[in-house]
Amino acid sequence: MGERGILIEFEPEISEKLLEKLLFYKDKLEEFYDEVNVEVINTYNSLLISYMFSIENVYNEVSAIKELFGEAKIGKINNQQIFHLPVCYEDEFGWDLEYISKEKNLSKKEVVELHTKPFYTVFFTGFLPGFLYLGGLDKKLQISRKDQPRMKIEKGAIGIGENQTGIYPKSSPGGWQILGNCPVQFFDKNNDPPCEITAGDKVKFYSVSKEEFEEISERISEGIFQLKKENYEG
Amino acid sequence: MKAEVEILHPGLYSTIQDFGRRGFQKYGVPLSGVMDRIALKTANLILQNQADAAVMEITQMGPKLKFSAATKIAISGANLSPKLNDTEIDNNEVVKIHEGDILSFGRPKYGMRSYLAILDGFKTEKVLGSRSWYDDITSHEKLEKGMNLQYEASEEEKYETHATIKFNDEYLNSEEIEVFAGPEFQKLPETLKSHLRQSKFSIDKNNNRMAIQLGEILENKLDPIITGPVLPGTVQLTPGGKLIVLMRDCQTTGGYPRVLQLSEKGINMMAQKKAGDKIRFSFKY
Repeated sequence: MGERGILIEFEPEISEKLLEKLLFYKDKLEEFYDEVNVEVINTYNSLLISYMFSIENVYNEVSAIKELFGEAKIGKINNQQIFHLPVCYEDEFGWDLEYISKEKNLSKKEVVELHTKPFYTVFFTGFLPGFLYLGGLDKKLQISRKDQPRMKIEKGAIGIGENQTGIYPKSSPGGWQILGNCPVQFFDKNNDPPCEITAGDKVKFYSVSKEEFEEISERISEGIFQLKKENYEG
Repeated sequence: MKAEVEILHPGLYSTIQDFGRRGFQKYGVPLSGVMDRIALKTANLILQNQADAAVMEITQMGPKLKFSAATKIAISGANLSPKLNDTEIDNNEVVKIHEGDILSFGRPKYGMRSYLAILDGFKTEKVLGSRSWYDDITSHEKLEKGMNLQYEASEEEKYETHATIKFNDEYLNSEEIEVFAGPEFQKLPETLKSHLRQSKFSIDKNNNRMAIQLGEILENKLDPIITGPVLPGTVQLTPGGKLIVLMRDCQTTGGYPRVLQLSEKGINMMAQKKAGDKIRFSFKY
């Protein structure tokens, strides 16, 4: 892509198997390149090598990459972690919970159960700083976006749009159906890295009451909240 | 000595920028940085600054600024009729500043974005390795009245130089924007491909640091793609048939087909286009 990017595309699918492959190659590329001059990002089915300076000889680069990929036997994702994120699904935050439960013929309780059950896979971060693309939403919860996007969705809001679910890292306009709010700000521009959760990690939501939500918010503002995480053995 | 530029009037839209944030695209953080790198490099070169010293990017209607201490400045990129106190000054020259001097701008003569460099650069906050302003990453998004921006005052002469810089401003006015075929270009029907090669397009009024929309509507039968990587300079084709040229503050991923990719020079040139200007894509292989 242009003078400063090499885009590597794989079969157009969304799967954990492909993610495993992408992250494996991404590690290889990061080892191969000096991180100061090159940044590698992945999406569902692509790797983008983005260079700080114009590429001098694209053929040399491509053959080096091919060689790198050729010898590779794909291994498991390294250092995968599960992050447990609290979500308050009460009416104050779950703006569209009622609507989802009616549309899907489920009680609100069942919607929450279905939403907190999976270990969601983080495929990549994009769209906004700290916005995680999560895979693994239960088919019974898939629902189309709102016809009219809202002008303002609160920071921390959890929504569903088609087969995707995600958390708004900052308040912004948006068309997703909102079912709760997560008080944890896992993207912090003052940290390096600014986000602990990265591609390949797992996210699991757990339901908290309004009181617990406020307690957590308070602990966060005092800087004493500990995000629950553990190693994931796939 | 610490010194400050006071914002007496913010103008239309001005920000502090450098080369941008590297290494955080994987967290969804835009690259940001000056829209026109040629102008940044030129202005810093004139002052013998580091190439990436932070500058002020000024869009169309310039601000009114007051300097608290002596320094030197240089302005490059668009010409927005800069004035020091009551005297008109030129772009691409060293301008000496004395305590209390006021810099203002007038009628835009050519180009869209002007760049104000100051000796040693603006010393505003650095977040994630860059001083480039971006909403929610830095404390400020754009200049506001009453703000104060830090710089290092300097009385002494660095070393007198008599070399002049020959600034080639041809890129500011040229209609030819260098492009490469984008990842989805080959999926376009032949008629649309040749349309992209031959036709003129116009800059829409919908344009900012994230993206510049083009006015023409094309027939688009391409399906959306699975969300994939995008870069500054990526040209997307929307389901409604509009071309969107992504610029420095663009998101890191997108779902519209990526039909073209501007060259670096092409991005710099695009940064200087304003609503109503015409462009033509010149393909580079």
